[in-house]
Amino acid sequence: MKQKKRDVQQGTLALMVLKTLQVLGPLHGYGIARRIAQISEELLSVNQGTLYPVLLRLEHEGAVSSEWGPSENNRRARFYRITRSGEKLLEAEKRDWEQTAAIIARFFEVNAEDLT
Amino acid sequence: MRILNRLFVRLCNFSFARRGDERLREEMESHAAMQAEENERAGMTPTQARRQAVLQLGALAAIREQYRAEEGLPQLEHLLHDVRYALRRLGKSPGFTTTAVVTLALGIGTNAVVFSVLNALVLRPLNVSQPTRLFVVEHKEHAFYDQSYPDYIDYRDDNTTFSAMAAYDTSDVAVVIGNSAVKSYGYMASGNYFDTLGVRPAMGRFFHQSDEHGINSAPFIVLSYDFWRSKFNSNPGVIGSTVSLNTHPFTVIGVAPGDFHGTEIFFWPDYWFPLVDAPEIGHSTQFLTHRDNHNFWILGRLKPGATAQQGSDDLNAISRRLARQYPTADDDLDARLVRPGLMGDVWGDPIRAFLAAIMLLSALVLIAACANLGSIFAVRAADRARELAVRLAIGATRTRILRTLLSEAVLVSLMGGLAGTLFASILLQLLSRWQPFVDFPIHVVALPDAKVYALALLLSLGSGLLFGLLPARQIWQTDAAQAIKGGTGVNPVLHRFAMRDLLLCVQIALCTLLVTGAFVAFRGMERSLHTPLGFKPEGVTIAETDLNMGGYTEAQSWPVQKRMVEQAAEIPGVSSAGLADRVMLDNDCCGNESVYRLGTRDFRSSNESFLAHMFSVSPGYFSTAGTRLLAGRDIGWNDGADSPQVAVVNATFAHLMFGNTQAVGRHFELFGGRILEIVGVVEDGKYQTLTEAPQPAMFFAMSQDMTSNDTALVVRSALPRVDIAAALSRMMKGIDPDLPLTVRTWPDALDLALFPARAATGALAIMGLLAAMLAVTGIFGMAAYSVNRRMRELAIRMAVGAGRAQVIAAAVGRPFALLGVGSLLGLFAGVVASRLMGQIVYQASPGDPVVIGGAVLTMVLLGAAASALPARRALSADPSRLMREE
Repeated sequence: MKQKKRDVQQGTLALMVLKTLQVLGPLHGYGIARRIAQISEELLSVNQGTLYPVLLRLEHEGAVSSEWGPSENNRRARFYRITRSGEKLLEAEKRDWEQTAAIIARFFEVNAEDLT
Repeated sequence: MRILNRLFVRLCNFSFARRGDERLREEMESHAAMQAEENERAGMTPTQARRQAVLQLGALAAIREQYRAEEGLPQLEHLLHDVRYALRRLGKSPGFTTTAVVTLALGIGTNAVVFSVLNALVLRPLNVSQPTRLFVVEHKEHAFYDQSYPDYIDYRDDNTTFSAMAAYDTSDVAVVIGNSAVKSYGYMASGNYFDTLGVRPAMGRFFHQSDEHGINSAPFIVLSYDFWRSKFNSNPGVIGSTVSLNTHPFTVIGVAPGDFHGTEIFFWPDYWFPLVDAPEIGHSTQFLTHRDNHNFWILGRLKPGATAQQGSDDLNAISRRLARQYPTADDDLDARLVRPGLMGDVWGDPIRAFLAAIMLLSALVLIAACANLGSIFAVRAADRARELAVRLAIGATRTRILRTLLSEAVLVSLMGGLAGTLFASILLQLLSRWQPFVDFPIHVVALPDAKVYALALLLSLGSGLLFGLLPARQIWQTDAAQAIKGGTGVNPVLHRFAMRDLLLCVQIALCTLLVTGAFVAFRGMERSLHTPLGFKPEGVTIAETDLNMGGYTEAQSWPVQKRMVEQAAEIPGVSSAGLADRVMLDNDCCGNESVYRLGTRDFRSSNESFLAHMFSVSPGYFSTAGTRLLAGRDIGWNDGADSPQVAVVNATFAHLMFGNTQAVGRHFELFGGRILEIVGVVEDGKYQTLTEAPQPAMFFAMSQDMTSNDTALVVRSALPRVDIAAALSRMMKGIDPDLPLTVRTWPDALDLALFPARAATGALAIMGLLAAMLAVTGIFGMAAYSVNRRMRELAIRMAVGAGRAQVIAAAVGRPFALLGVGSLLGLFAGVVASRLMGQIVYQASPGDPVVIGGAVLTMVLLGAAASALPARRALSADPSRLMREE
């Protein structure tokens, strides 16, 4: 049976976008969407269009910059690139995320007898 | 930082209306194309690949919406849309908009004006350092604020709870500037006055306690900034120079800052001089040395941490000690702390009560205005029921529609508030420049400040929300399907009318209350104008001077005064002339003195018979003033310094002292054992205020009474006022050109006595007028609306034979019924509020048939006037035409 696809929260999506851009360098919107789908092994269905408001927001915040350029098939596409402040943001968000995950994980590992 | 960055970009986009639509479209397009290629590679047909690609992108409209929201500031944009839409709608009905804006402007403007005055007189503290710790030390008896100088010294030196305590009194002196003597008003103050207040001089220095070394030891004067500017042309060289006060030299040592106007809000002094120098300008030394000579206000500054209660306990302990020590002068001494600024509670209490009442009334006017606008807005919303239903049907949320309606209401109220504030600030500018009394330094400065503007804004927004939300329930219950089908259903209509009726009823009740108030005020005013004064001011001119200011000693005065009377009587056209030391009902009237029965030896105040007003008059005063002599004789020219001491008393005095027995020929005593024989009894009069109960008064012979400083020459003449004034001035200049002189008619001098009644009447009349206008617009609106709605029904009634009376009853019966109910409620409230009215207006009695009749008549006339137009329109309904139209 096919696993149910999950929606992505806005903040999480921004994080994924930044990480993708950090690893792969400048990419256009389609490229980013593909990557996210691949890495999540198609479990995450990005309602692909929603990517664009997120990208605009990141650009407004100065975390990414963008410019027009030719795609692989010589189509005009807008390429996004992570900026220095985007890197920092990603670093900070990553730490936050790991911390949260670690705390949650610890809670799940606790058994009743450990607490006595 | 990131958030600021984002906000900045969005603000820029918003302000320059920059749109990234093109970019988004292109990006999505290229995205879809790439996805389609991918799909084709995976084996789909081109059409299928394209379709799948677009599906994967998601709902285009929603994304675009999100993108736009990210780009700009959607909340602000919606607001702008609402405002633009509201403006368009308001523009379409200019009549309604104007009425609404004017109604609100009046309501909010009135509140702003009243609050501004309240703020200036009551809320704003004195302009000194830490004003909240300052208190006036009064006696426990209401409005008894004068303290003697020795008592002040004891309070000042023996207390433990005050960090400083100053004394002061208002004074008037002739200041010689250039070649002329100018009557100026100022304060005489204790040396520590400025230090107690914590005020710094603008120039030169102030006097201090260290300058005082006994009586007449500190002939210094500090000028007020305005006085220095207007009379000394802002000349800095004036410091160190000498000016003459009542012909005695005083050295100018400093100028007070421009924003310091002394410690009484109304009374702006021209100068301050040390009170130890009061004898120098003509007061007797007893003024400072006698414990029963009450002349000063005491102003104390509480120590940090001390409460007002501790302060007054402390002072009362001292006064109990003083009462034991000086049983004659201080046997009933006690102390009470009140807020400074308005002559303690002499003016403070009535002014505070009056302003609070007027504030309440103006709030009622605004509430009535809101009720009025609320019902109009409810009607407008009802008329738009179909449009609103369509909006609901195509997906607008109820909140969004409510916001649209609210923005219309708030827009109207803001416009009204703006207009009202403008109107208020113009009025307040006029009020602040106004000087009610030409020769008396009274100022009512009530310029609006930030607090007033904030209140206006708050009231605008509040009233906008109030009357905007009234129709909200109606919107909430709108059933889109029902409304579109054309009928609004039966029940909602009933509901709507019930609410409208209630609003109109409330509005009319409030209006009736205010109209009743105006009538009560007019009646009170009319009565106070016709109240017997005990003298006839019409046709009497008064020339006032002060012989002290001319340098005459008290012993030298009488021959000069006698000459004045004799020469005045010889002016052609003058029927009689006389002198008095005070003008009755004038602003500085009158002095009290304790009266004792003959034979009293112990003059402590518990032994006194009563306090009586005291006047010194010359022969001929009573006949000139028009005061009737009830028994005995007038004071005569033969009553001289060497003959027995005589007095004329008024009827109340005679009754209090001797009951119903004959008073003429009997004697009484004054403090210290001065014995007087009563030679005549005159009718009672009003001496200080028009509202006072009959007061005892005694009139001494000016030739025998050496304490009189002021001289008022009273002249009755049939000449035009300009001519008699000129003749009197010439004559007085002939006697002594250096004497300061004020000539005015007695009715003019009465202005101050009439001022509270006039101000109250004016304020209440304005409120009544506003209320009447609101009642007219309210009834007119309701009647016009119901006629409009029921034109068809009325036409059919006429077609099937209804008479004119029936049609009119059907058309405007309802507003009239509401008018009746509302008026009754309002009248009832007016009668209940009679005690409040009584505080404001002299002899206010809402039970007065003239008042009730007047109010009822006014409301009926207003109702008739307001429903005349709609009724005419109802009668002109033409059945055939109307039926065709449908």
